[in-house]
Amino acid sequence: MPLAPFDLPLKGGDRLGALSRLHMPSHFGGGETTKFDGNGGEDTTMTTPSLSAILMAPINAIMRIIDAPLRRLQKATGIGGMAAFFLAPNMLIFGIFVLLPLVINFVYSMTGGTAFFLSERDFIGGAQYSRLFECQNYLDPMSCQEDAFWTAVGNTFWFVVLQVSLMILTALITALILNRELAARSFWRAVFFFPVLLSPVVVGLIWKWILQRQGLLNFGLYQFGMDPYTWLTDRSWTFAATIGVSLWAHMGFYALIILAGLQAIPKDLYEAAEMDGTKPARVFWRITLPLLAPNLLVVVVLALIKSVQVFDEIYVLTGGGPGTSTLFLTQYIYETGFASALRNPGLAAAASILMGGVLVVLTLIQLGIGKRGENKGKR
Amino acid sequence: MGKVARFILRRKGGKGWHWTDVFTWVWLVGGLIIMFGPAVWLVFSSLKTPAALAEFPPSILPYVTSQATVEGYDKPLMLYDAKMPDGSTRVLAEVRRIGLVAQMVDPKAPGEIFKVNINDRAPVRTMSFATENYTEPFVHFDFLRYLWNSVFVTVVATVITLVVNSMAAFALSKYEFKGRSLAMLVILATLMVPLSVIMVPLYSIISTLGLFNSLWGVILPTVATPTGVFILRQYMLTIPDELIDAARMDKASEWQIYWRIVLPLTAPALAVLAIFSVVWRWNDFLWPLIVLSRRELYTLQVGLSIYSGELNVQWHFILAMTVVTMIPVVLVFIFLQRFITTGIAGTGLK
Amino acid sequence: MKTRSLVAGLALALLTSTAAHAGDVRIMWYSDGVEGEVMKDLVGRFMKENPGISVILDNVAYSVIKEQLPVQLEAGNGPDIARVTAIKELSKHWLDLRPLVKDAKYWDDNFGSQADWMRPDGSNQISGFMTQITLTGGYANKTLFDQAGVPIPGPKATWEDWAAASKKVQESQQVPFAMAIDRSGHRITAPLLSYGANYVGSDGKPAPLDKGAKDYLTKFVGWADDGTVSKDVWVSAAGSTYRAAADDFINGQLAFYYSGSWQVANLATKIGNNFDWVAVGSPCGPAACTGMPGGAALVAVKYTKNQEDVATVMDWFAQEKIVKEFSERTLFLPGHKAVVDKGGLDFKSDNEQAKAALNVFVESTKTTSEAALKLPGWRWSDTVYAAIVTRIGQTLAGELKIDDAFTRIDADIAQKVKDAGK
Repeated sequence: MPLAPFDLPLKGGDRLGALSRLHMPSHFGGGETTKFDGNGGEDTTMTTPSLSAILMAPINAIMRIIDAPLRRLQKATGIGGMAAFFLAPNMLIFGIFVLLPLVINFVYSMTGGTAFFLSERDFIGGAQYSRLFECQNYLDPMSCQEDAFWTAVGNTFWFVVLQVSLMILTALITALILNRELAARSFWRAVFFFPVLLSPVVVGLIWKWILQRQGLLNFGLYQFGMDPYTWLTDRSWTFAATIGVSLWAHMGFYALIILAGLQAIPKDLYEAAEMDGTKPARVFWRITLPLLAPNLLVVVVLALIKSVQVFDEIYVLTGGGPGTSTLFLTQYIYETGFASALRNPGLAAAASILMGGVLVVLTLIQLGIGKRGENKGKR
Repeated sequence: MGKVARFILRRKGGKGWHWTDVFTWVWLVGGLIIMFGPAVWLVFSSLKTPAALAEFPPSILPYVTSQATVEGYDKPLMLYDAKMPDGSTRVLAEVRRIGLVAQMVDPKAPGEIFKVNINDRAPVRTMSFATENYTEPFVHFDFLRYLWNSVFVTVVATVITLVVNSMAAFALSKYEFKGRSLAMLVILATLMVPLSVIMVPLYSIISTLGLFNSLWGVILPTVATPTGVFILRQYMLTIPDELIDAARMDKASEWQIYWRIVLPLTAPALAVLAIFSVVWRWNDFLWPLIVLSRRELYTLQVGLSIYSGELNVQWHFILAMTVVTMIPVVLVFIFLQRFITTGIAGTGLK
Repeated sequence: MKTRSLVAGLALALLTSTAAHAGDVRIMWYSDGVEGEVMKDLVGRFMKENPGISVILDNVAYSVIKEQLPVQLEAGNGPDIARVTAIKELSKHWLDLRPLVKDAKYWDDNFGSQADWMRPDGSNQISGFMTQITLTGGYANKTLFDQAGVPIPGPKATWEDWAAASKKVQESQQVPFAMAIDRSGHRITAPLLSYGANYVGSDGKPAPLDKGAKDYLTKFVGWADDGTVSKDVWVSAAGSTYRAAADDFINGQLAFYYSGSWQVANLATKIGNNFDWVAVGSPCGPAACTGMPGGAALVAVKYTKNQEDVATVMDWFAQEKIVKEFSERTLFLPGHKAVVDKGGLDFKSDNEQAKAALNVFVESTKTTSEAALKLPGWRWSDTVYAAIVTRIGQTLAGELKIDDAFTRIDADIAQKVKDAGK
């Protein structure tokens, strides 16, 4: 489905001809060496050029229309200025719809009162923060004034540690398996990726129905002669369930990213190792893992950020129960800021700023480690 | 059959089972059951009546008690396997139940009434698909309109996402400028702000901009995705710089370079982002819920939620409509999925 | 891209050209059962009789009413009319219909006793009317009781009587649960009031939990520990999330279920003819035998641009015959004094047990205590409910000891009062 290339208004077909002999990396069109020919014309590999040309024609025309004013802009600002132009729409939207609310949130966290909108609230400085931190013993949530907050912090911490490590492990194994010479690879890829397509609400619902006292799991156990158990009223099992369900829903996504990274490792390295008779374990540790490292870093960063923010599927599955054993930070913020009758939006804003701060620190640390590893690995 | 067997049992070492083969097999089959199983169960559950949904032990397939029309009675009667005083079991139809005793008749010979204790009878079950779970919501609410809104939002948001994100990725990959790292950090930072946290300030902003109750209010805040920018940027980094320099020397404008060189070459990554964007926008729930309060603007997911009342949730409708809303996403996925690995392949590097 | 967005914008404008003109009244409505269809039908009839006014019914999930609507109202947005449960909390946003309705006396006579529930303290305005009055009360699985040979306790039976009887039934019939109460502060307030609890302090602000409340709560936790009361439903969520134990009752696994009148339609549909069930009113405590009233109201919003039309709509729906028809079709208890007094409601149900249950509830409304009738009109009710539900849920899950729970409940409520400042 590559877009048909268009006429380039370039003079000197020779230069393009020279370009066409450039070796392109193999993932561009699978080994074809060119998409442009010396005449600046159509892609010779297209089978139905007329159809795609027709489809693209109106967009083609629009692009030509846009080109004229943009050329003028480019003359005015230079190539570097064009970078700003390209970046602008994205940053504008981020700015208005993400960063601005974040700033408002920050200001919000220093106000008190019950009004929703900033103008009607009173400024109280860091009082919300000090209330969050008022604790006799930080390791015992019940000794704190905001016990729900510290319970949520503790739960989130354990969740992140366990879920991210299990997630990376299972995603890696799945990717390694999918990388093998399997028949019907697309089918197996689809199998593992399928849960990612479901909305979190659906995920939570399905698993709730399986794990509840009258659910499918108990039914299965009953058939095998074992006693059914109320999984979702047992605190440890429910916590395990949240990790399991979260793994189920997202593992495919990360597995696919790792799979792509695996497929980018040149096959000749493996062939050489096989000819040398290297054991598979050594191949993994010495070839696969180091070359996969940058890709793995991306996966770890993403997985960590997402798992700290876990909310939707868990909320539907357990509602934070039993008691508060699966109450995570985002749910705490949501309920304190919005949903509960005991709401306190200023407190919720303070908690969310703290959560954001922790995330930023974590991510910077990881990126730092990654950069160091990159430098070390450079030959 | 031999071919199929060879197909399934292809192994690493040719002959003999390596432990990795066994492990692979177990993982794949286990994955199939665990990943697909619940979805299959979802589909079957969506065909159950509300009473069947609430029962325990649950059945995988949708069952209801069989009914039969019996001479002399207007309504069809339920059929049970009843234990007779002599120990045999007969299929009887229940006329009525009074307290602990059921009055039953033989459906074929309805003259005689048997009195059977309710503990001595078990329902005769047949499979029955409650397809009204699928048809009734179409009657209750404006399904086609919601479908149109969802499609509109998804398609427009995806197109804008592809354009805006690729522009930003282009800037961040092919240009050197001072604020580059800062811009990347800012984009990374936006990943860390979940919607539920900024809901109230975001609501004020939407209200001030007049985007409240508008599909554009649903679309615009969601089109700048950090994940999208990263995926595209990684891919664009692998485009040789010489190509771009040569085009510049040929007096191509930056816009042309973007549109005619970089974008076509990024096509696989764009396909990947398109899949993700379609999945995300189609399944978006909280944000459209906040922005839209006029029902003619609802998207499908928001429309579905009307079945969650305060005191009762009508699961049978929710399940059925969940299956329906799942279908387009699955179709898009099947169509575009071959691009996922080719697409993400480029992003793994560096 | 510019032309594309222009075209899209035009298309959108055409699609949404039903945007506000005068003569438009938007109703934000949520449904627990068939109310949505009944309203749609009634709205259609209204528009036939009043061709100048176009009424648009926006069906939403309950969570929108609970979470989004307050934010919209604060911003001065929102629908013209809404069906709301937190009517007291949001009372400052309701439109005063008194100068606008045709006959204010009609409203005072028929809806006066609940008028306080939906207006700010000290005001005299007419904000709307209750679409239904709900009353908490118990349901018993008669078949189980019969099979166990245990007589169903009479109308004056106490909570202890019910606990003992259900426990006998549970042991004899081997069902998992004897008693269950919905996870709701509102629900559990009924037995608390029956034990003499009084939430309201002398200054109108919440008072700390008194002996009556503590007695019942301690009993409740004790019953949960020894298995008489089902823990499942209270333990299954955090915070003040609502959970109902209806499914267990429907499955015939529960002997006595304390919920309320709104469950009748649900139970009738799902239980069918599987077993006999009866409504039994509220068990007694040392102080009273009361249930808690509640319900949702249809209220007019202050920020509407269309006040006269809104008043016309409200007047039409408040008519005696319309209220009667609505109640009969939705199997809800009416909140209209004349309708209740005249009696003879012909509930549209094939199910004899449903009809009998509804009549029991209608009778029970006569024994609701004074305190219970006042609570929905008290601005701190929701706060107290939320605090109790959150902390007792944690107690049942083993996270808190009961005495700590009491301290925490008082602290949570006091904190909220403090935060609200004025």
